[in-house]
Amino acid sequence: MPGRRHAIRGAGLLVSVALTVLGLLLVTFLIGRVVPIDPVIAVVGDRVSADTYARVRQELGLDLPLWQQFLRYVGDVLQGDFGTSVLTSRPVLEDILRVFPATLELATAALVVGVLLGIPAGVMAAVHRGRWPDHLIRVIGLIGHSIPIFWLGLMALLVFYARLDWAPGPGRVDVFYEGLVDPVTGIITADALLAGESDVFWNALHHLVLPAGILGLYSVAYIARMTRSFMLDQLRQEYITTARVKGMSEARVIWRHALGNIAVPLTTVVALSYASLLEGSVLTETVFAWPGLGLYITNSLLSADMNAVLGGTLVVGAVFIGLNLLSDLLYRLLDPRAR
Amino acid sequence: MTAQTQTTESGLRAWLTAETPHSRGQARLGRVYLGWLAFARNRLAMIGLGIVLLLVLMAALAPLLAPYDPYTQNLSQRLLPPSAAHWLGTDAFGRDILSRILYGSRLTLMIVALVAVTAPVAGLLIGTVAGYLGGWVDAVLMRVTDIFLAFPKLILALAFVSALGPGIENAIIAIAITSWPPYARIARAETITIRKSDFISAARLQGASTPRIILGHVVPLCSSSLIVRVTLDMAGIILTAAGLGFLGLGAQPPAPEWGAMIATGRQYVLEQWWVATMPGIAIFVVSLGFNLLGDGLRDVLDPKGQ
Repeated sequence: MPGRRHAIRGAGLLVSVALTVLGLLLVTFLIGRVVPIDPVIAVVGDRVSADTYARVRQELGLDLPLWQQFLRYVGDVLQGDFGTSVLTSRPVLEDILRVFPATLELATAALVVGVLLGIPAGVMAAVHRGRWPDHLIRVIGLIGHSIPIFWLGLMALLVFYARLDWAPGPGRVDVFYEGLVDPVTGIITADALLAGESDVFWNALHHLVLPAGILGLYSVAYIARMTRSFMLDQLRQEYITTARVKGMSEARVIWRHALGNIAVPLTTVVALSYASLLEGSVLTETVFAWPGLGLYITNSLLSADMNAVLGGTLVVGAVFIGLNLLSDLLYRLLDPRAR
Repeated sequence: MTAQTQTTESGLRAWLTAETPHSRGQARLGRVYLGWLAFARNRLAMIGLGIVLLLVLMAALAPLLAPYDPYTQNLSQRLLPPSAAHWLGTDAFGRDILSRILYGSRLTLMIVALVAVTAPVAGLLIGTVAGYLGGWVDAVLMRVTDIFLAFPKLILALAFVSALGPGIENAIIAIAITSWPPYARIARAETITIRKSDFISAARLQGASTPRIILGHVVPLCSSSLIVRVTLDMAGIILTAAGLGFLGLGAQPPAPEWGAMIATGRQYVLEQWWVATMPGIAIFVVSLGFNLLGDGLRDVLDPKGQ
């Protein structure tokens, strides 16, 4: 009964995801508890009578046992209540929804860079295994793994913005264009296209090139390495020899047959590198003053705005879990052998 | 490293490469020597080892090497470009950047050493216990590991630092807490493959206790793959620590931590470029060294990966 086995496996997956999410909530909850800031004083200030203090403490549920507080916390989060940000005095979820599209735009553009450079680089490295293209790509990957991303961003601003004037400065658009298009999706390039403002679109795209290029370099190394090892596995197979013997052109053998056969594992690699790009965006956003989730988390951190920090952490963690799950599902869906 | 070792080298070499070692120690040293020969053939790995040794030397000899005091401010000398007096220039407080980088190597080395000692040991214990005992212990421990793996490392470290408060000690704790899960996974995988082997059964039949089997027989066998992984992770640890420093959550001023130095140089980057550039180069070179070393070690200790 393949259908039934499927259902059981699907249920198992669901349980494991639910447990992971619960663990995620437990970690953020415990971090929130060990903070040396008294949440009551954060709400009412330190000049209140003992009665008021006790009442607020009770209202916040801090007199309950820890496990009940945790249940309350889980309930709140599941209802979309992440608390209020001290910094912006707005609900944290509202803040996050406002800044998240910027991160999504940056990470997606970076992923495009990573895929467009990483896959051809990996294929070239595998085809010319042990010769200079392979070594060159390996060395570039090694360097990419050793450079601090925030420093590379600063250097890129120094060279391409300050000295050569090829790239615009930090931010998502020039000040002149700010607020010109209504945020429908929150992704400026998409919004500009929707509004038919081509000037804003090109300006936003121009602003995107440098941060997305730098962030993308990080996924290039990973995608290229994985592509290389998948390709090497394929090129050893007999069907490749057969194709060559039949007189098929080498380009067709490599780009069509071999690459076509590794499309499925590559999809999962791309999904996983998307997750790591979200993480890398924290430092990149800080350098390029990119108003996304990463900048939001770091700004909140520096002003000890715990609700915002933990809310942001939770969202990034949830997206991470989601992308892992997605890559798992994609693999099962696309690869007939995994069914 | 004197004439004496040179004269006895040939004898030592013969002793090390003996076909029939007379003691366990000789055999073990012989293996190490052969590994070293394989490692020394790898030019990039030797460069990596050189960089790491240089870092250790820099950290040890910082007070002798540094031309100036890393903390003394001299506002008449602020933001000077690189020159004969200040090889790498001075920062916004007139402090010599070269001296600060030299002293900063101590912080970098301390962070790497502390994380590289604590996180793998924790991961090793959790992984071997889970793999050896199996059952519900395994299920619970691996579930916890998975939860930590589900978090992006940097974000989790940020959250921990925010809870503990900024500072270099807390940054180290946060990085260690986020680094152990992959080690636990590796150790568990290795443990499962050796758990059923005959020598483990033999030890058990001789009456060895579970802790004794885990610590005495399982842990040593898992160590070599873990050492490789730790060396490869060291560059990541350095980058994370520098990132926390850059965000203002790691080492606090006036500590000459490289990431924090970049953060303070950031506002001058367009004009006085050297303030932020020099510490970045230091971070890059050291991470590259650890990456090269790790790659070389992997080739020697873990031939499966070839």
